[in-house]
Amino acid sequence: MRVIDKRPSVSRRTFLRTSTAASAGIVALSVSGGTLMGAKGAWALDVKNLKPETMQTLVQMARDTYPHDRFSDAIYVKAVGGYDDQAGSDAVLKALLEDGVTTLDGMANGAHGGRYVDVGWEIDRVALLRSISDGAFFQKIRGDLVVSIYNQPEVWQRLGYEGESASKGGYINRGFDDIDWI
Amino acid sequence: MAAPYEMNDDSVVVVIGSGAGGGTLGTDLALKGIDTVILEAGGRHETEDFVNDEWPSFGQISWLDKRTTSGSWRVAKDFSGLPAWIVKAVGGSTTHWAGASIRIQEHEFKARTNYGDVPGASLLDWPIGLQDLEPYYDNAEDRMGVTRTNGIEGLPGNNNFKVMKAGADKLGYKECHTGTMAINSKARDGRGACQQIGFCFQGCKSGAKWSTLNAEIPRGEDTGKLEVRDNSHVLQIQHDSSGKVTGVLYADKDGNQHVQKARAVCVAGNSIESPRLLLNSASAMFPDGLANSSGQVGKNYMRHMTGSVYAAFDKPVNMYRGTTMAGIIRDEQVHDPSRGFVGGYEMETLSLGVPFMAAFLDPGAWGREFTSAMDMYDHMAGMWLVGEDMPQESNAITLHPTEKDQHGMAAPNVHFDDHPNDVAMRSHAFRQGAAVYDAVGATRTFPTPPYPSTHNLGTNRMSEKARDGVVNKWGQTHDISNLFVSDGSQFTTGAAENPTLTIVALAIRQADYIAEQMASGAL
Repeated sequence: MRVIDKRPSVSRRTFLRTSTAASAGIVALSVSGGTLMGAKGAWALDVKNLKPETMQTLVQMARDTYPHDRFSDAIYVKAVGGYDDQAGSDAVLKALLEDGVTTLDGMANGAHGGRYVDVGWEIDRVALLRSISDGAFFQKIRGDLVVSIYNQPEVWQRLGYEGESASKGGYINRGFDDIDWI
Repeated sequence: MAAPYEMNDDSVVVVIGSGAGGGTLGTDLALKGIDTVILEAGGRHETEDFVNDEWPSFGQISWLDKRTTSGSWRVAKDFSGLPAWIVKAVGGSTTHWAGASIRIQEHEFKARTNYGDVPGASLLDWPIGLQDLEPYYDNAEDRMGVTRTNGIEGLPGNNNFKVMKAGADKLGYKECHTGTMAINSKARDGRGACQQIGFCFQGCKSGAKWSTLNAEIPRGEDTGKLEVRDNSHVLQIQHDSSGKVTGVLYADKDGNQHVQKARAVCVAGNSIESPRLLLNSASAMFPDGLANSSGQVGKNYMRHMTGSVYAAFDKPVNMYRGTTMAGIIRDEQVHDPSRGFVGGYEMETLSLGVPFMAAFLDPGAWGREFTSAMDMYDHMAGMWLVGEDMPQESNAITLHPTEKDQHGMAAPNVHFDDHPNDVAMRSHAFRQGAAVYDAVGATRTFPTPPYPSTHNLGTNRMSEKARDGVVNKWGQTHDISNLFVSDGSQFTTGAAENPTLTIVALAIRQADYIAEQMASGAL
């Protein structure tokens, strides 16, 4: 049976830039609590329109909403990175994101004494997300993420999906019927 | 005269829509020498233009015009602006369909007689039976190249089928095979054999799958008697003071409006757009819309009882490889009320790629329950459940009071509530589908709710008596003799089977009738 190598095949270092214009600063997201430790130095993101801390929170929210422990942070950064450009031309979206994160951080502070990204355990962060899950902010993020995460070819490879096949002649000679355990 | 035709040529038959119904009808009329214009709302994307990538393909070929939803069905909650997953392109939804080609069974044509008075259901017997359609089914299966008919061998089973088959055998199901599929297992009729590409829904890039785009329309165009005008979105059907239709008003790609005159008009825009067009064509003479003296236009909307079961295993399956729907269990298609519902259902292999699996597995879900399922993607097998749903008069396509489409025409609202019979059937089907996979060692099963409707049926239904429906047994409207309905909206009841083969058979039969009526001077 032909099985797919699910290990990452791209270089460890990924740079994601949402704007070519001068940036407010490259966010080197290394935070306490360990939540983004694995990502330290592995990616960089120019943030121009949103607060860097807002983007940091959105990245963590993305992972907590669709947690795949075999996915690198770069996948989640890519999934939400586009919001920064959109926020530049969409004031309503910008307010939804900034206000949403402010509210979430406020709730985190009340319950745990710190920002959302500083809450150490996923189960505690998810409890905060559950409490806002019916609201417009979370619904917008979740609805976008289910496309922006799972539409990435890097994700397909991690999950063992091969994508486009016509240019390779389909699967007629590449294992369409090669199951060997049934 | 020969194609292309003048706008003021009132000798042409105008067919609205180029899918299974319109594409087949238009081609058959042309083959009979009848001057025919097909007006297709969407663009023309040929086989080489199709894309093996779910979201970009969805954007390329789907009908994404403004639509609204209401009712208690879960689609209204999960996909409120997308009641149906159907196509706006030359070839219509035959570009997207999976190829399953199954005849309606005799007892299903007589649903009211055989199922009795089901409370809340507006069941009616079809004015035709299997006998009437058999010669046309024979014809349709031959021209579509349906496997397991006409000596054509079945498709080879892929990994997903092998899991289904092993489970079916363990459960004692008797009729499980790779289906009667309008996908070439061997080269035939100028189209090649299936390459097991795995993107049947995105438009077949090998041409092995039958569609009106690749198999019918080119034959029609070769006669010089068929003009297919794409990007031509019909807004209204016009009539004269005698009540006969005279032509159609349509918008071209740039939004400019034109009138194409017609000798007769055949509506084949699917079960949402066809009734919407009749309703949007209301006039002083027909204030409730065309062909609507019964009040039945848009009513009795059916979408099949559907659902899916996916299952995870401890070893890989790679279900996405190969023909999407070449696998079926037919044992549950019978009418056996001891199961707690009338009518029956089919179980058919199904696979989605990662992008659509994420969107459809459990819409709205998030967190580890969801992602732990997605982590098992390559270890999953999947099946679709499709069965007969009950027609209900309150399930209906209506004109939205305020929402408009890009041409300023009232948008359609799609209202649907599951009938208790649909719910009982879905529960049974979820249980049996899971049992198939449990029998071969599934570690987890997922009863997946319905996707946006692909089988849209019944909103201009065929009836013996004019007061019970919209069209007669030929698809001719009861009210207007030169106005026809030529798509799945004719279906009196839904039956359990995937509807395309029956839509094609009805179109071939209707072409014969229209030609006879024209020859006799009645039309």
